[in-house]
Amino acid sequence: MIRGLIGAIGLSVMASHALAADPLEIGVGYLRHAGVKSTLSLAAQPAENDGVAGALLAIEDNNTTGKFLNQRFTLTDVRLKEGDDIVAAANKLADHDNYVILDLPADDVLKVADTLRDRGTVLFDVGSIDDRLREQDCRANVVHVAPTRSMLADALAQYLVWKQWKRWLLVVGSHDNDKLYADALRRAASRFGAKIVQERTFQDTGGARRTDSGVTLIQRQMPVFTQEAPAYDVLVAADESEVFAGYLPYRTWDPRPVVGSAGLVPTSWDASHDQWGAIQIQNRFLKLNSRHMTALDMQAWTAARIIGEAISRTNSADPKTVFNFIKGKDFSIAAFKGQRLTLRDWNLQLRQPILLADGRMVVSVSPQEGFLHQVSELDTLGVDRPETKCKLQ
Amino acid sequence: MWRYCLLPLTAACLAAASPARAYTAYVSNEKGNTVSVIDTEKWAVTATIKVGQRPRGIEFTRDGKFVMVAVGDDDTIQMIDTKTQKVVDSLPSGPDPELFTQDAAGKILYVANENDNTVTIIDLEKRARLGDIQVGVEPEGMTISPDGKTLINTSETTNMAHFIDTSTRQVVANVLVDSRPRFAEFKHDGSELWVSSEIGGTVSIIDPVKHAITGKVTFSIPGLRSEAIQAVGIGITKDDKTAFVALGPANRIAVVDATTHAVTKYLLVGQRVWHMAFTPDEKYLLVTNGVSNDVSVIDVAAQKVIKTIQVGELPWGVTISP
Repeated sequence: MIRGLIGAIGLSVMASHALAADPLEIGVGYLRHAGVKSTLSLAAQPAENDGVAGALLAIEDNNTTGKFLNQRFTLTDVRLKEGDDIVAAANKLADHDNYVILDLPADDVLKVADTLRDRGTVLFDVGSIDDRLREQDCRANVVHVAPTRSMLADALAQYLVWKQWKRWLLVVGSHDNDKLYADALRRAASRFGAKIVQERTFQDTGGARRTDSGVTLIQRQMPVFTQEAPAYDVLVAADESEVFAGYLPYRTWDPRPVVGSAGLVPTSWDASHDQWGAIQIQNRFLKLNSRHMTALDMQAWTAARIIGEAISRTNSADPKTVFNFIKGKDFSIAAFKGQRLTLRDWNLQLRQPILLADGRMVVSVSPQEGFLHQVSELDTLGVDRPETKCKLQ
Repeated sequence: MWRYCLLPLTAACLAAASPARAYTAYVSNEKGNTVSVIDTEKWAVTATIKVGQRPRGIEFTRDGKFVMVAVGDDDTIQMIDTKTQKVVDSLPSGPDPELFTQDAAGKILYVANENDNTVTIIDLEKRARLGDIQVGVEPEGMTISPDGKTLINTSETTNMAHFIDTSTRQVVANVLVDSRPRFAEFKHDGSELWVSSEIGGTVSIIDPVKHAITGKVTFSIPGLRSEAIQAVGIGITKDDKTAFVALGPANRIAVVDATTHAVTKYLLVGQRVWHMAFTPDEKYLLVTNGVSNDVSVIDVAAQKVIKTIQVGELPWGVTISP
């Protein structure tokens, strides 16, 4: 009896093998730094698996499709610790994965891109919004899924101008990224007709983000910091470093809305976004991770879906064929943004609508009505072809 | 009577010329959580029925006694008694049902459940769940071949039309189509399967025997960006000569020569036009305009919009009494 059973099992395994050829195996790497940054709001504190959780959901989605196409996707998550050699890690990943998703700062993206330049690995930047990676420092082997700082700033500016909130009080943090964001906001103001009535710098003097009696102190500091401003409609905060922006809403000297790094924030995704079928991916994500989906999760999902989409269309695991398809004119990806997303062929940046969210709701989605463009209205966001400094090679 | 109608076919003239049978149309209002009932003689809303949360897919039972409406956020399909116009029962669908289709006899219902990648099979008489079929990510469009042998399901993120054998309930073939396939419809002679892609903005024409795409309907409207043209609902006339395709945020219905697959005309309707249904005599086509909260009535022969009827919030689907 037992022998018979074993025989039967053996047979059935053989039969299913005979039916299906070996599946197309696609390895996707995910490279990031260990540890999460500290945010002002405890509620906004990212999870350990921020980003990679989105990639894993896309791998699952790709495998559901792959079941019908005999394709199998796997993800390798590499977390670099302090002192780890990023070049060695990238090379090791490239040994078995032709596609690598990068959640890294700009300098590290460049290091990996240059290391893997001749290996044919296709890289997806989901973690850096620096415009320079798509401009003077662009690389031909990197697809940018994360929106740029200038796309985010333009998305916000279009809405503020539509709302007729054209007089801005700009408050800028003292770190480099804050200054870059302020640059993008200044550019947006001049592009869309807003006026920065005054600029102030919020100096980071250090200090803990978590204290037992912080509110009392902040409530005194913020009105003082924002008093004696010229007449303005909206306070625009540039604080990517999470030092002060979260403290501004409801505490400004004049009763004015806060936007930028707090209040109304431009982002590629929000936990409250439910339009255009988004409720479905929000549900899938929540079920899998018991937490809400962040912008980084969505950017990583989109990157892994781009890989899956291109492989299902080409039925090839050859990175050259797949990358050519992604760069080709027939490529687009659906990512719950109400329209197809395509790549800017001059710098491989993903065109995308930007959500404006206040932490509870999606308030609007840019580009705003009336901002027209001869090619795609999505190109009213960020640096456009005629202005680009990128020469892909 | 006809004598007075030699001038261009106006709506009044047509109505006078052919006192069409009055039908009843039921429109699901996705945001309003209601179903609007329209009298097709008066072209007016005669009742508004409260239903569950997020009503979308809506269809008459074959005997005309009930209207089934998928209320996705309540994870069920409700049955509206057409006599009392009240919800009287519900069907055990899977989570988040969206669109469904029934066999010719009206005995078996196949439901696409967006949330768990399955199609649920329901015995309509017993109101019992018979089983599930695993399909791609975010199943949506559902239709059955005229011979009843093949069930089609489309999955939005997998971008496929799945061919399911209705006797074995196994997936027998998969055809990749353009991004976010929304709706599937066979020609009445079974020779072609049409699948619309919302994000791709096309309709794929599929040979149901070879399981291969043999053609594509593409759309181009002067002054509109291609991203704004999103194909959703499809209606094909019984003679298989003309098709109507709803183009979502392009606010238009495309009239397509179903033989050559070429667009012959675009009809301007309301905002975000989504699904549609013919009156059984095929004189009229009703289309739902989600963002403008109304239904446009198209004179099928004249290929003209003759009427707009205000309904509830975010009209989504429409079904008309047999």
